[in-house]
Amino acid sequence: MARQIGEVILDLRNISLSFGGVKALTDISFDVREHEIRAIIGPNGAGKSSMLNVINGVYHPQQGEIVFRGEHRKDMDTHAMAAAGIARTFQNIALFKGMSVLDNLMAGRNLKMKCSFLQHALWWGPARREELAHRRKVEEVIDFLEIEHIRKTPVGRLPYGLQKRVELGRALAAEPSMLLLDEPMAGMNVEEKQDMCRFILDVNDQFGTTIVLIEHDMGVVMDISDRVVVLDYGRKIGDGAPDDVKNNPEVIAAYLGTQH
Amino acid sequence: MIYRETGQFKTSYAADQQIFPIRQDRIGILLLLAVAFLVVPAVAGNYWFNAILIPFLIFSLAALGLNILTGYAGQLSLGSAAFMAVGAYAAYNFQVRIEGMPILLSFILAGLTAAGVGILFGLPSLRIKGFYLAVATLAAQFFIVWCLTKFPYLSNNSSSGVISVPNVEILGFTFDTPQSRYLLVLSIVAVLALLAKNMVRSTTGRAWMAVRDMDVAAEVIGIRLMRTKLLAFAVSSFYCGVAGALYAFCYLGSVEPDGFSLDLSFKILFMIIVGGVGSILGSFLGAAFILLLPIFLDIALPALSDLLGLPFGSATVSHIQLMVFGALIMFFLIVEPHGLARLWQIGKEKLRLWPFPH
Ligand SMILES: Nc1ncnc2c1ncn2[C@@H]1O[C@H](COP(=O)(O)OP(=O)(O)OP(=O)(O)O)[C@@H](O)[C@H]1O
Ligand SMILES: [Mg+2]
Repeated sequence: MARQIGEVILDLRNISLSFGGVKALTDISFDVREHEIRAIIGPNGAGKSSMLNVINGVYHPQQGEIVFRGEHRKDMDTHAMAAAGIARTFQNIALFKGMSVLDNLMAGRNLKMKCSFLQHALWWGPARREELAHRRKVEEVIDFLEIEHIRKTPVGRLPYGLQKRVELGRALAAEPSMLLLDEPMAGMNVEEKQDMCRFILDVNDQFGTTIVLIEHDMGVVMDISDRVVVLDYGRKIGDGAPDDVKNNPEVIAAYLGTQH
Repeated sequence: MIYRETGQFKTSYAADQQIFPIRQDRIGILLLLAVAFLVVPAVAGNYWFNAILIPFLIFSLAALGLNILTGYAGQLSLGSAAFMAVGAYAAYNFQVRIEGMPILLSFILAGLTAAGVGILFGLPSLRIKGFYLAVATLAAQFFIVWCLTKFPYLSNNSSSGVISVPNVEILGFTFDTPQSRYLLVLSIVAVLALLAKNMVRSTTGRAWMAVRDMDVAAEVIGIRLMRTKLLAFAVSSFYCGVAGALYAFCYLGSVEPDGFSLDLSFKILFMIIVGGVGSILGSFLGAAFILLLPIFLDIALPALSDLLGLPFGSATVSHIQLMVFGALIMFFLIVEPHGLARLWQIGKEKLRLWPFPH
């Protein structure tokens, strides 16, 4: 792999987040380096999704500091993060169900499209040119994910596995520099998981996209990630290379203790 | 003519992005426009213009406006009639207060006024959704009608807010025949429908639908919820406002605030439910259906009563009308939420495969 892991681009410092009395995250610190695949693991309810939500501004932590590309912030803002090149997928698929695959992906590029609604209304001229230029880009993503055959299908009609793939497509359409993936392989069969792994590795490899990944399948996590952070009950209990984490007694205990 | 797309390969994305990618559809719509602009004016009588075609077009426009807001952007509104009222009264005021005001400019300004009012009453949508938003728009409905009755200034001091609009005149031509008014309304509606179609098939429309389908995800991909919702309120109210202006100037000639009641708002809502929520075509189908159904029942029910030898009084007829209405609304809400437009699409898909359905 030609891929070179770079500097720290995202540094989370002492993040605490609570909902009323529920402490979702307690004093968590970890960083993400450019071009790496960083996994977040932990038992159910550990606070993994909350962590992603803090990173792209859906949740606002009560304490802590976030340093993103040298900029210090108390919390993040969804729009600013999208503009800064962070894209994500959700644990419970959050596609635009009434729209076609193509429109979902085109929507993913909305920040790159500059025409106003009046230009859209007139269509001919700038709006049409812009639409075509971005359609070309979106078709590249469609090719990459091998979803040509469903581009005109409303996503609500697609099976679960394909919806997950389309959601990745919508995130990729934005040409993000950082991708946050919340359990991209949950509920998939082995074959679908293999495809998804391949896409994630290819994105990381070909475009250098930094990836923060939540995943329950330990095999997958150990295979594809560069570093792993482990959460349990909102606290960080492990952080490091997959092999170190695997042998960390606290992590083993957490997993054994909560195994169903 | 066989309805097929075979052999029509799209060699460019531009070709694929046309409003009607299938050639038969393009021919169909051109034929329809030709009939509407050339044949209908030649053959239709005054009754058709006044009682059917002009109101059909105006209500299609209002339904289109509501469809942008409710069907595309997912914001339920019960205030469409009030925004029509704003348009009607604004156009009237621009027309009678400003000497030499071109009527088309009045219509546009009326739309813009309605858009402004729409944005104002759209502000609650930033905090509340669904049913609660509908209640907030209900407030708009009553407040606006109340204002128009309460402040004589708005109706140029005419009694109880009734306004009688002047004749429509463009460049010295007076639109005094039903036929000429039909053509004027048709032109305006055709242009606005095209603009609406263009909006909904580009980034603007995708942002509306994204907010409708999943607002958190929309935010995360960088869509600004506030701007998107308020734009939907503005554009929607613009369309309703222009429809209101046409309603006063090209259909009734004289209107009063109470004519823009909640009943009318519901009628427009029913049009999009029956026609198809989130469909431009559906707005037209729904308007046609809701307007034509009573006329059809008026004719059909007495005939039916004769046939069966049952004495249907006129009260019975209107009761049956209401029941048929209610049943249809429920049918569409439960069985086919995408309305007639969806049925039409399914029909076309069947036709495409015909005669070999597999
Ligand atoms: N919006 C919210 N409101 C209230 N509580 C929340 C909210 N989001 C998360 N929580 C709580 O925060 C804790 C962590 O939840 P989170 O979804 O981050 O866990 P997770 O690690 O992603 O779990 P899973 O593996 O089940 O997805 C849970 O106790 C959850 O109930
Ligand atoms: Mg989760």
